[in-house]
Amino acid sequence: MATINVNGRSMQVDASPDTPVLWVLRDELGMTGTKFGCGMALCGACTVHLDGAPVRSCSLPLSAAVGHRITTIEAMSGTPVGKAVQASWVAQDVPQCGYCQSGQIMSASALLARNRKPTDADIDQAMSGNICRCGTYNQIRAAIKQAAASLTGRA
Amino acid sequence: MTDILNLSRGKALGTTSRRDFLRATGLAAGGLTLGFALPAASRLALAAAPTDTTINAFLRIAADGTCTVVCGLSEMGQGVHTAIPMLIAEELDADWTRVKVEQAPVDKAYSNPIFGMQATGGSTSIRGHWEPMRKVGAAARAMLVSAAAETWKVPASECRTERGQVIHSSGKRLAYGKLAASAAKQPVPETVTLKDASKFTILGRNLRRLDTPPKVNGSAKYGIDVRLPGMLTAVMARLPVPGAKVVSFDATKAKAVPGVRQVLQIPSGVAVLADGYWAAKKGRDALEIQWDAGISGNLSSASVSAMLADGAARAGAVAHTVGDVAAVKPARTLEASYEAPYLSHTCMEPLNCTAWVHDGEAEIWSGTQSQGPSQGIVSQIAGVAPGKVKINTLYLGGGFGRRFAPDFTIDAAMLSKAAGVPVKLVYTREDDTRAWFYRPAGVTRFTAGLDAAGVAQSFTATVASPSIMESSGFMKIPPNGVDHFAVEGTEDHPYDFPNQRIDYSRVEPGVRVWFWRSVGHSQNIFFTESFVDEMAGAAGKDPFEYRRGLLSRQPRYRAALELAAERAGWGKPLPAGVHRGIAVGQSFGSYVAEVAEVSVAADGSIKVHRVVCAVDCGQVVNPDIVKRQMESAIIYGMTAALYGRITLKDGRVEQGNFDTYPMVRINEVPPIEVHIVASTEKPGGVGEPGLPPFAPAVANAIFAATGKRLRELPFDTSQLKRA
Repeated sequence: MATINVNGRSMQVDASPDTPVLWVLRDELGMTGTKFGCGMALCGACTVHLDGAPVRSCSLPLSAAVGHRITTIEAMSGTPVGKAVQASWVAQDVPQCGYCQSGQIMSASALLARNRKPTDADIDQAMSGNICRCGTYNQIRAAIKQAAASLTGRA
Repeated sequence: MTDILNLSRGKALGTTSRRDFLRATGLAAGGLTLGFALPAASRLALAAAPTDTTINAFLRIAADGTCTVVCGLSEMGQGVHTAIPMLIAEELDADWTRVKVEQAPVDKAYSNPIFGMQATGGSTSIRGHWEPMRKVGAAARAMLVSAAAETWKVPASECRTERGQVIHSSGKRLAYGKLAASAAKQPVPETVTLKDASKFTILGRNLRRLDTPPKVNGSAKYGIDVRLPGMLTAVMARLPVPGAKVVSFDATKAKAVPGVRQVLQIPSGVAVLADGYWAAKKGRDALEIQWDAGISGNLSSASVSAMLADGAARAGAVAHTVGDVAAVKPARTLEASYEAPYLSHTCMEPLNCTAWVHDGEAEIWSGTQSQGPSQGIVSQIAGVAPGKVKINTLYLGGGFGRRFAPDFTIDAAMLSKAAGVPVKLVYTREDDTRAWFYRPAGVTRFTAGLDAAGVAQSFTATVASPSIMESSGFMKIPPNGVDHFAVEGTEDHPYDFPNQRIDYSRVEPGVRVWFWRSVGHSQNIFFTESFVDEMAGAAGKDPFEYRRGLLSRQPRYRAALELAAERAGWGKPLPAGVHRGIAVGQSFGSYVAEVAEVSVAADGSIKVHRVVCAVDCGQVVNPDIVKRQMESAIIYGMTAALYGRITLKDGRVEQGNFDTYPMVRINEVPPIEVHIVASTEKPGGVGEPGLPPFAPAVANAIFAATGKRLRELPFDTSQLKRA
């Protein structure tokens, strides 16, 4: 048994210490908003926040998450940045198949939490770990800029 | 399923099912006959809320006026869960703010009219449903009007409809929600009148997608998100080489992994079933298996290339001829060979399927493109009647043709039957990449006979590639020997050359091939549009003007070409080092032209600065969705052009994850502009046609920049290095 903090709640999980947080969330806790894409931290579909920083949960063992705050897509509407990002994603109608978008939103939210005026280079830097096979990249970029504008009162 | 033969051609297709669906669609008695049965609610057992009234298989109306469209097509990102509701809502005169969408079960009512079965693919959804779904809306509207007229005791002709209400000429109004129950009891009209396009209030508008909200908060459910009581998760050791066999295996170590419950062998490999994915994967990795690779164990990419080159060097089955190429005595001849590799689809959601076979029935939960065929396949595996097989379709985390295939459904059903519990089969990313459903590799050899001025007198192409038809398991090459999937994009090129011959030379290296976004066009339009650029060069003509001059009998191609060139500023100066290329292509009934602006660095690396795309896809349901699909296909094509390559060594696939099978990422994607040609033609497909012209537009720009002609995909940029 391990205790982890997910979206502000303490959760008891019965999983081996090497189990990636991705599978703890999905299979143990039934939180399926975080997606499996590659299992090797190459695609970003599984991105969550660990103490506010974006991490690839497919490669983060449970043992390394104990004592830290995990935040998932399911809690993003509860934060001002997450709410702004989700609103801009809706306004831009970003998703197509949508499978990568939880991870995209987690990466974008982490970027905007520390940088309210990201340049294109900042966006490339923060988002190039997230693959979108439908090719919504230009809409993702537009949505990040729109969310940034709304967060800094420029909307 | 024979009609799949023509799925990419945008032709009117005559199957029994289509005739059933669209019986006599001509004008009759001032209206269109409905032409198909609208099944009653009870047979479909739709999960209707108690306040919902089922009007027909495609529509429920709730007391509060909410209209729920029941969509039999799979949503894989292409926007069909928005477009189908728009078709119905337009003719229904629904209040769009109260329209919802729901995935249909598997049922004959939801047969795709082009396929004659319930399936999504081949950019058929709007082509097949443009008229039938509008008729559904129009029939429901007529029934609501009848119900209102009956309530008011007035002639129906005195009533009109607007935004979810029936309005009488006296000004009385009744909301659809109040009329739904009595409307459902009205006779289904035998004929309906569809609106003139000038009266559209929903079609042609940039309405927001209905599936966006759940896709931004993690609540959208994909196949991989299914959880059932008592379910086990399976990860398999799959055949590493086509045709390989398991000689023996030792599961001792796998079974020692905590959480592993069962180890089962099925024809496609050995599966480890566990409480969750992680234990199943650890168990799978701990299996010790002796494989017999069989005859395919010697396959390599070099041997495949050699077989294809050999095939392209000999005459094949004649796919298309014009005039007599043998009679031409050219002043000079232009020859070139082009090559493309096998490709994996690589959907973001790794393939998966959940099955429960039990007590004389079977149930599937899956992001599938092929509900109809899946029902038949599972009924055979489970040994139950097709009617005892339920298919629950979830969102697809990408499809691209891959989720039309049956492998994940077959294996999940077999495993559940053997295990006696619900089983969710999940492919690892590597399993997904190595599952042997690939876009065909191919070599095409072109010859152009030119007169002294460089004007083409003859054009020949020999297309060497494996046959998707023969690989599919449900089609055969017709007696003429031509698999049209292999030659599409080359045999039907639009250019007015006086003598032509296009051959198909079938080459089977022993690797299964499958439908991949835009199918044969994906490589053939690259080959053909690159070679036509070579011909323009040989004629000393501008590539745009050369094409334009050969398209006098192809107004739709020509309009797309001209629009793309105009919007791209063809012929106008560009920044130093940036060069343009242009290409056109028709697929799935839509005509696309693209201009790419490209620079090549000293190290040979390519940067695409901008893409301008023009598309004539006929009448448009939702322009924003059309534009996004073009952009999506361009970026999918960009990954194929820059990186896409499945290679074989000793019969095994060398790629596995995104490190060895890379994807284009946000930092590489150029601005993409899409312009829609105004058209009154019937709708063409939009999910695939944006892809084929991208690679040749870029290759042609690379030639403009460097004078080097890249004749292979993906682009080998080492050839462009300036030492």
